[in-house]
Order: sequence, then structure tokens, then C-alpha cells
Amino acid sequence: MCGIAGLFIKNPKLEPQLGELLTKMTSTLCSRGPDSAGFAIYSAGQDGKTKLTIAGPSADYDIATAAEKLRAAVAPKAPTAIHYSHAVLTLTANEARHAREWLEANLPDVNVVSEGHRLEIFKEVGYPDDVAALFGIGAMSGSHGITHTRMATESAVSTDGAHPFSTGADQCLVHNGSLSNHASLRRQLQRDGIKIKTQNDSEVAAGYLTKQMRSGQTLEGALKSSLDDLDGFFTFVVGTEKGFGVLRDPIACKPAVMAETDDYVAFASEYKSLAGLPGISGAKVWEPKPATVYFWERS
Amino acid sequence: MPNIDLSKTRVRELNAALHQLKPDTNETLWTITNPGGEHSIAAGVDAEVTINIQGNAGYYCGGMNKHATIVVDGSAGQGVGENMMSGLIHVKGDASQSAGATGRGGRLIVDGNASARCGISMKGIDIVVKGDIGHLSAFMGQNGRLVVFGEAGEALGDSLYEARIYVRGPVASLGADCIEKQMRDEHKAELHELLKLSGEAFKVDVAEFRRYGSARKLYNFNIDNAGAY
Amino acid sequence: MTQHERSWPTTTPRPSATFDDYTLSEIRRAAATGIYDIRGGGSKRKLPNFDDLLLLGASMSRYPLEGYREKCGTEVVLGNRFAKKPLKLSIPITIAGMSFGSLSANTKEALGRGASAAGTSTTTGDGGMTPEERGQSKYLVYQYLPSRYGMNPDDLRKADAIEIVIGQGAKPGGGGMLLGQKISDRVAEMRQLPKGIDQRSACRHPDWTGADDLEIKIQELREITDWEKPIYLKVGASRPYFDVNLAVKAGADVIVLDGMQGGTAATQEVFIEHVGIPLLSAIPPAVKALQDLGMHRKVQLIVSGGIRTGADVAKALALGADAVAVGTAALVALGDNDPKWDKEYEKLGTRAGCYDDWHEGKDPAGITTQTPELTERLDPVAAGRRLANYLKVLTLEAQTLARACGKNHLHNLEPEDLVALTLEAAAMARVPLAGTSWVPGAR
Repeated sequence: MCGIAGLFIKNPKLEPQLGELLTKMTSTLCSRGPDSAGFAIYSAGQDGKTKLTIAGPSADYDIATAAEKLRAAVAPKAPTAIHYSHAVLTLTANEARHAREWLEANLPDVNVVSEGHRLEIFKEVGYPDDVAALFGIGAMSGSHGITHTRMATESAVSTDGAHPFSTGADQCLVHNGSLSNHASLRRQLQRDGIKIKTQNDSEVAAGYLTKQMRSGQTLEGALKSSLDDLDGFFTFVVGTEKGFGVLRDPIACKPAVMAETDDYVAFASEYKSLAGLPGISGAKVWEPKPATVYFWERS
Repeated sequence: MPNIDLSKTRVRELNAALHQLKPDTNETLWTITNPGGEHSIAAGVDAEVTINIQGNAGYYCGGMNKHATIVVDGSAGQGVGENMMSGLIHVKGDASQSAGATGRGGRLIVDGNASARCGISMKGIDIVVKGDIGHLSAFMGQNGRLVVFGEAGEALGDSLYEARIYVRGPVASLGADCIEKQMRDEHKAELHELLKLSGEAFKVDVAEFRRYGSARKLYNFNIDNAGAY
Repeated sequence: MTQHERSWPTTTPRPSATFDDYTLSEIRRAAATGIYDIRGGGSKRKLPNFDDLLLLGASMSRYPLEGYREKCGTEVVLGNRFAKKPLKLSIPITIAGMSFGSLSANTKEALGRGASAAGTSTTTGDGGMTPEERGQSKYLVYQYLPSRYGMNPDDLRKADAIEIVIGQGAKPGGGGMLLGQKISDRVAEMRQLPKGIDQRSACRHPDWTGADDLEIKIQELREITDWEKPIYLKVGASRPYFDVNLAVKAGADVIVLDGMQGGTAATQEVFIEHVGIPLLSAIPPAVKALQDLGMHRKVQLIVSGGIRTGADVAKALALGADAVAVGTAALVALGDNDPKWDKEYEKLGTRAGCYDDWHEGKDPAGITTQTPELTERLDPVAAGRRLANYLKVLTLEAQTLARACGKNHLHNLEPEDLVALTLEAAAMARVPLAGTSWVPGAR
């Protein structure tokens, strides 16, 4: 059970405000998800480099020291930024691969939260307003971002149980709803070599999309096949390097509302979270149809 | 002529004031500004007043309304006019899911589109949607009338009881036990009356509508219908 | 040599434990009718229950209280988290939700009379509020169900509390059911249904799904009633830890947890017997969830489903419940399944104690029916008196046990006052096996 919001900026003048607008959107969704919050921010990338966002098992973990050890081991000159409980290292693809291997061997408690040319994910346990403030989301800029507030249903309230979940390079997923066949799907995915760390149903959905894409499907194709393979209720929002996509299950009980102006496309669980966006009174507002995949991406 | 700015006043204070209105109140015209998608705006009103909401409302706007006329000059969130008893709710934009759910009386008019489950479990309300409606609309509709100018989504009128449905545009599919029925003169007259009340009497031709209702085959269990359960 | 001429001993006819008489009769019934078996009541099979627990009376290490002199409090406050007007009941035993429709108007009145005399609340059901019931009930809890039959803001404001029903123990995940025989003119009018049809009810609420949207629905109900009424959430026991967690987050004042022994007016037998968990096993995870959130005793827990005696009450409270609700037992107190109607039960192919075809509306005791000749048999005043007596006995019994454990209030009973007789009960109730310090499965 959750609140979801996303903002895709069409007018570059708004890009410096991305974090500020997302923070406001998240704030209206606190009561839908008081347990934890997360943000996927797509900011400018560096040519030939990938950003590796890492986090410990909980907010009190000393991520700065861990990041320093990792850097010393795989890329001593790599730029590193610490955002509250997360660290972002800018690496080459090769270094990133080494970094994952090194972490697994030396600091297995540390999770790779996301990897991508432009994507950084920040997520933590706590009241969404507080989480946004601790990460300093309000000061971040970027072309698009997704946010999620979580009301845990059946799995633990933890850092790695918070959304968004990474589904591949520059890709992530947030989910509102409750899946009813995630246990067997998790077992199947684990047999297929997909790493799933939590008991969270949404992580299974993320693992499912990863698996489908590894087997050659496009993201859109993977989303479409999820309509056949995932049972239960869901509104999914997936982030991509260029934009985002939305999918609701065929019964479509979980809410979703979209708004579009010349400056942006926005998505949220409730209109309330769109109400503070600039020029919203003149926006086109509508609801995505059930079992239909939507994408908003820059060409 | 109270004017309530919801960016400064809480919904709780607004509703408390509306609930204290006496039947003979002189404060019959209320204006609500900056609704900002707040929930439960003007829920539980029981007075013959007019409430103009200037902007978009959140969930359950005008919930369980009695007697009041509520105009939303914008869109309305989930469950607008849910379990409404009487009065009028007029949404000038779109309505989200479950508009008029379980409504027992009064009228709900949506100028734009209504989403899924419009008129779900309706029990006497009249709903007029000038745009399209989403899937599973009028599910288990017991009574009242649903009029749609545009298209209807999948499974219209599933498990329908005695609610009556008029749709002008195409219907994606009919739900279990919902069938198209002949449009006789009495139905044309009924529809004309509903259009008149919605201010559309001579703008839309009743002959363009088709009528849907219950086949009443699920009224008593029959093993041969088990697939529909 | 023919069969009867043989001289050696033969084996006696052996019934199958798998295909026992009941199972065989059900197969034949299914083959003849082509419809699942529908009945009323709760699970009838042998389940671990409160009889498998014992209380540890005081002796040397603790001191008991004197029965007639030293008080043992029974009062309970329900719904003081957000509501301006919480319920203050004299006893922690309430009457569970049962609908007008499934029960006659006289029965609803009798329930109100009995509960009021005992200083406790009664609850409407899937069918709206009758004037008889409101009139005779000092405290009336108004159920808010997926069907919303009879729901209206006037009755909502007349109620003392609102109980949002997510599910019930007999059928977690299932919708309501009322068959045509019981849809009389009055029931049809209250539910806005055509007379005599088989009513189908939804399993999900029409205008919200999930705790995040429920939070907004609760806010609406509070707004409509000006934040006066406690909001209860009723769930059928299946995943109580998660459900209680979400109920608290959605903003409930009180949680009602109904175990699989809890009754229903009419549901598929297969549903009653195969979905949900026994109450005994549901209370500890529910209490754990409240404790983990720091909300135990702040959000009250009412438990129901097979509560029969004062011992059940005392043990449920010791496990951490704030109150219990009785449904089936209350009907028996009114006169349901009374042996005095045995001849008529026989005509219906059953006998007193076994009658559960409540959906057929032929109840000889006049309780689960809408047929006037039958409903007249129940005198609401006398039946209400019997219910009041029964509630008093439950209270006295629970007090007796609590005093023996040295408690001056029923709420001071705790899990450490309990031991279990069986491994199953020890593991489910999370109390030690009698005479040991072993809690099977405890971490």
C-alpha cells in the first residue's frame, strides 16, 4: 500500500526545480505510506561513466567509510558523493563491475541500490517528509524523477524493502498494490539467477522485469507480459533513462492520475499531489486505463 | 455568502460549519476556493445550500450528501457523491473511480469523463456522464439510472439488479447478466426527462441511446449459470 | 460353497476415515443438486481452542482476591484513540454484528435489550439499522459493509460507533449472501433488492481497496460524523499480524478480529471449514503487531469466534485482547437450537444443536427467519432477559478466574497466567506447555 508520484520535465527551465517539486509531491502522500520513502532522480550523466548508488542495511550504517574502502579498492580517483545514508560513485563500466564483485566479497551488507548513466536512487525508512529532507532531495535537479511512500503490507520495513527497486541500468520500478503470487514467482526467479533480497512483493515485480529484459524483451514487452504472469493488484511506474512508463492491472483498483502541460508530464496516486505543480489549473488531467502500457519519453 | 479558502482553512473546519447549518439558514451559497484535491470536501451535508468548489476535489467529495447542490468547477477524485441520498452534485471536469458509488438518490452530473466503477452498487441515484465511463460501471447496480453520452468500458452492468443504463456510444463489453433491451417510448420519455434535468434536453437526441438492463438470470441460483458466478 | 456357508471368521465392515459418513453424504448431495452446500454458523470441526489453555491460580508465590469483597473490575473503554465519544462499556463482552435479514426484527430487538441490560454494545449487520434495534440498544455499533445495504448518514449519526467490515472469520475474503427465502418485503425494502431473489454481495468495498485508500475512507466517515464516533475495523483472522499493522496505520480506533469459528448467516460450507485460522492462533500475532507499533491498549482489540464461557473470556483477555464479542453463543442464549423444538428440527432433517440451515429461513426457534408465524415465537423481552443473564454469567466466571489469579481487573490478566495442555495450543498461543517452560517454536 503506497503513494506514488512522478515528474517528467519537458521544459528544461524547470530542471533545477525537479527535486523541490518532487519533494512537495511526496509530502502530500505521507499518510499513504508513512513507513519509508524513496526517490529515483535522473540527473545529468557524464559521458562514458555510470553512477553506482550504494547503501548499507540501515540508515545508521557508516556508508562514507564503506564508500571510501570501495573507492580505494576499485577506482581511487572516482568522484564520490555522500547523500545521508547513501553514497554515489561515478565509475567506468568496468570499474562498476569490479565494484559489485568487490562489495559482494568484502562488504556483503552493502547493497547496490541503482546503477546507471543518469539514475540515482535514494530510499530509507522513515516518514517521507523526513526522508526527503535527510537526503536533501529538494536541492536536486534533473530531467525526471519518481517518488514512492510505503505502507508495508507483508514484508519488513527496511532500507532494502523501500522503493524504488532497480530493474537494470538506468531503470527502476515503484509499485502500489499487493501481488498474490509473488512467493512462487520469487522462487522461480531465484532459480533463474535473479537476485531478490527481501520478502517484498514489489522487489519480485522488479526482478521479473529484469529477467524479461535479460531474455531480450523490451521494457514495454516486459510490462505487457507482466499482465499475464503477475497476479494481484498493482499500479506500476517504471523509470527509464529517457522518461517513465505506467501500467495498471486489469482490475485497476489502485488509483492513478496523470497531468500534462507544455512544461511537464506528471503522475501521482492522488490529484492532491499534483495540485502544487506550476500551471496545474490549465493542465490536461486524466487517468491511465487498466491493462494499458503508457510511456512518456524524450526522443 | 461564506467564502472558504482551503489553503487557509482545514476541511474539518469547513465541514463542521456546513454540518451546523439549520434548515432555515440564510447562508445558502458557499464558495470554496483552493480545494487542492483535499479529501471529503462537503461530505455529510444535510441542508439545502449551494456549494461551489472552485478547483479540483479529492476523494469522497459530497459523500452521503443530502439536499445540497455541490458544483465542482474542476475534477473530482475517487467516490464523488458516494452513498448520496438527495440533492445534486455537478462535476464540470472529470470524475475518478467509483463516482456515485452506492448512491441512493439525487443526481450526479459529470460534464467530462467518469472512470472505472461509475455507479457501482447504485441504489437509486441518477447519474449523467457527458463523456465516457470506465470498466465495471454499474456493477451490482440495484436501482436508479445511469446515462452515458460517450463510450462505456468493459463489463458494463455486471451482476446487475434493477438499475437502468442508457449509453449513446459503443460499449466495450457487457458484464454477466447485463443485456441490451428494447428502447420503448416509456424509456425515451424517461431518458428525455433525465436529459432535461441535466440541461441537455434538446441538444442530444434520445433516439441515439441504447438501453441496457438485467437479464435477471442470476436472481435465483441455477447450476446452468454457474460460469457467471 | 456359498458365501453364508463359510465357517471362518470375517472382518467387520470398516468405514473409511477419509470417506466418512458426512463426506459420503456431501458427495451424494453435490451430485444430486449441482450446487455447493450453503449453511450458517461457523467451523464445526475440532479446532485448537481455549479449552487447551489453563490459568495458573494463585497459591504461595501470588495471593488471590476474595470473591465477594474484593473488587475485580470489568469495565472497558473502546475507541479513545481519535474519537471524541469513545464507548464506555461495563463489561468486556460485546455482541457481534448480525444482520436484520439474517435475523428477525424481534431477535435484533432481543439482542439490544440483553446487551443494554448488561451494559454493553450490540452491532448491526449487512442490512442496515432497524428502529427496534436502535431503540433497545444503549450502545449500537453500525457496520459499514461492501454492500452498503441500508447505509445512510442519519443512521450513521445515530450510531455509537462505526465498524468497517473488511471480512469475517467464517469467510475471510468472501462477500455476503442471503437467499431468496429470507428476502421478505421489509428486508427487500431495506436492502433495495427485488423480493425473493438470491442476494449476491461484493467481497470488496465499492469505493476503496487497500489500507492506503481506507485511510481516506476512515477520514470521510469521521468527517461525516464530526469525529465523534469510534471507528472499528473488523477483519477475519488469516494474516492477523499484517492486518492489524495496516488497520492501525489506516487510522482505526478499534480492531475486531474474528477467528474461523465465528459464525455467518449463510456461506459455502467449503469456505467456512477451509479458510482462515482459529481464534486461539490469531490473538498472539495481533497483539504482537499492536505491541510492535506501541499501540497495545491504545488501539483496542476485540476478539470473536467461538467464545462460549467466562473461561474463554478470561483466556482471550489474558492473551492481550481488550474485549470479546459473542455471536453464536448469544443466539443460543436467546433460544437458538433449543431442544424444545426437536420435533420440528427432525422435520427439517436435523436436530437441536446441529441446525445450521439458517439461510432457508425455516428456523423453528424464530431467530434466523423472516416468516411471521416463526418470528412471533421469540419474545424479545424474555429472550433479551436470557441474553442479559448469560452475559452476567460470562462476566462472573471471568471475574472468578481473574480473582483466583490475584487480579483486581480483568485487564490485568496476562499471557504469563496461562499454560497449554497440548503442543498445538502451546505453539499457537505462545504460552508454555503445562509444567514446563517450553513454548514450542518460540524464538
